[in-house]
Amino acid sequence: MLKFLLEKEFKQFMRNPVMPRMVLIMPLVMMIIFPLATNRQVQDITISIVDNDKSQYSAELINKITSSGYFILSDYSSNYSDALKSIEKGDTYIILEIEKDFEKNIVKEGAANVIISANAVDIFKGSVGASFLSNIIYDYSLELQEKLAFINMAPAINIIPLNEFNQTLNYKNFMIPAIMVMLVTMITCFLPTLNIVSEKEKGTMEQINVTPVNKFIFILSKLIPYLIMGIIVFTICIIITKFLYHLDAKGGVLSLYIFTLVYVFVSSGLGLIISNYSYSMQQAMFVMFFFVMILFFMSNLFTPVAYMPEWGQWIAAFNPLKYYGHAVRSIYLKGAVFSDMYRELIILVIFAVVLNILAVLSYKKNE
Amino acid sequence: MVKVENISKAFKKVQALNDVSFHAEKGELFGIIGPDGAGKTTLFRIMTTLTIPDNGSVLINNRSILKDYMEIRKNIGYMPGRFALYQDLTVEENLNFFASVFNTTIEENYHLVKGIYSHIAPFKNRKAGKLSGGMKQKLALSCALIHKPEVLFLDEPTTGVDPVSRKEFWDMLYDLKNMGITIIVSTPYMDEASRCDRIALIKNGAFIDVDTPENIINNFKQTLIALKADNMRQLLKDVRKCSQIKSAFAFGAEIHAVIDDEDKIEDINNQLKNLDHKNIEIYRISPAIEDCYIWSR
Repeated sequence: MLKFLLEKEFKQFMRNPVMPRMVLIMPLVMMIIFPLATNRQVQDITISIVDNDKSQYSAELINKITSSGYFILSDYSSNYSDALKSIEKGDTYIILEIEKDFEKNIVKEGAANVIISANAVDIFKGSVGASFLSNIIYDYSLELQEKLAFINMAPAINIIPLNEFNQTLNYKNFMIPAIMVMLVTMITCFLPTLNIVSEKEKGTMEQINVTPVNKFIFILSKLIPYLIMGIIVFTICIIITKFLYHLDAKGGVLSLYIFTLVYVFVSSGLGLIISNYSYSMQQAMFVMFFFVMILFFMSNLFTPVAYMPEWGQWIAAFNPLKYYGHAVRSIYLKGAVFSDMYRELIILVIFAVVLNILAVLSYKKNE
Repeated sequence: MVKVENISKAFKKVQALNDVSFHAEKGELFGIIGPDGAGKTTLFRIMTTLTIPDNGSVLINNRSILKDYMEIRKNIGYMPGRFALYQDLTVEENLNFFASVFNTTIEENYHLVKGIYSHIAPFKNRKAGKLSGGMKQKLALSCALIHKPEVLFLDEPTTGVDPVSRKEFWDMLYDLKNMGITIIVSTPYMDEASRCDRIALIKNGAFIDVDTPENIINNFKQTLIALKADNMRQLLKDVRKCSQIKSAFAFGAEIHAVIDDEDKIEDINNQLKNLDHKNIEIYRISPAIEDCYIWSR
């Protein structure tokens, strides 16, 4: 019985002019374009320099800044207000003002002042830019210290930032696992649900209901094709990640698949519940967007859960995507294997069981 | 074969069916006749195990719709009022699919559908959604028949079908009946009533009569007349004012009215003439099912 139903399902799917292509195009677009487009890596920050000293030291400092690779010199301004205008015009992000007796003060007093002003409209770029800049200046001051051998000065504390697990602070590496889990969620939650609701809407569901087809088997025939689709899409993602971004799942591909296999049942269980209460595609679509938005934003995909207010963390605790997203990210970046994450795995299994039981119950109720 | 007893069903405040009972014998062509909203589809959904009634029981070949619904589903064919096959599958794939979910094959029961399917066989590679209305009807009937059901439930199969296809469709039903299949069919068209062995007239969720079409007509004991004149609208108003006329309704190009006595026709004629009606025609007619429906209890 199931065989005939599956055969029909695949026939319909392959015959659809859009669906098979969409299953290929969606992961390609999302995986190739999104990580590049949503880049938050800070580089090419435009800087305007007000050099009131025009000495050898100030020139050295400027040279260090422009050769660091993070900054692009937009202009030299003759004074601070000119530089501000350049920020207002949007030509520059950061101003570095070097005081008039910069070199003299360093040599004489062992200290000199610079002013860093950053445009904080783009909070991230502004603050990160400012800290990069101060790091460079700090480096330069260490150099000077050695050069001028200020023995009497207290040794400066040397801060060496070390970003564990994502050493280059690569935003792409942070987002790629998130995009993967979003794709799996969309495919395994949306597609079977919309398919079932469309059978309801067209009346074919009723025709099936008067046949000896068992309801459980009917639902299974709707789930299996899209679970397979979800796994295929996930595989495409893994391949793109490896060959385009040179990012390997440090914890092993097997761990990824184990978590994904459990998660597709969670996601499709949620979809089934929605389909049981939906009488039109429009309704199903709208309700699903509502839940998927909650899943996406109340998880750690965009914002680390730890940054959320406490009530937000509570909502996230009931979000299966939080656990799945965390697992996939850890496997990719930290090299976790599923035995490290058995807690997440157990929680996901519980989600899968509970959601599918609810789906079966709500299905019976609406009979 | 089909035994419906005291079925009632309410949706919130609407009483869709109220104490409905009837029996249909094996090989009978039983018609359920009534306008839209009378409760026909609800009754069909109950008989085909899709809806559970509030009260009453339905036995199909001695199987209860409540307990043995799985067994019933194997042995009935249902063609809903709305075309409900897979539009993106071809004609042949649809038939094949429905044969396979009933664990049978087209070949096994081809003799049953041959008369119907042969009309659409030339288009068997066409998608079901691209068929004309009449052909969709034939495909749906084929799919409902392919597993050799004991009882065939057809909910308004001729609604929205042209007169020629309607006639063809009823001819097909006769062939099926002659093969021994019990057929329960509903229709809002009163003129199709005479095609059935027995009919039930349904009004506001209750049966007002269950009998053969002939008996229902013979049991109409009142005197029925038809009236015509140039100004039909005014005529209906005036006719309803006539003391000799008990009640009158517009029937297409005529007005049908019930009177006490045939002798009063002349009286009525004179009265209408006095009211300035031109070209008045009044004559006695024998009732049709529709008259019986309108003047029923």
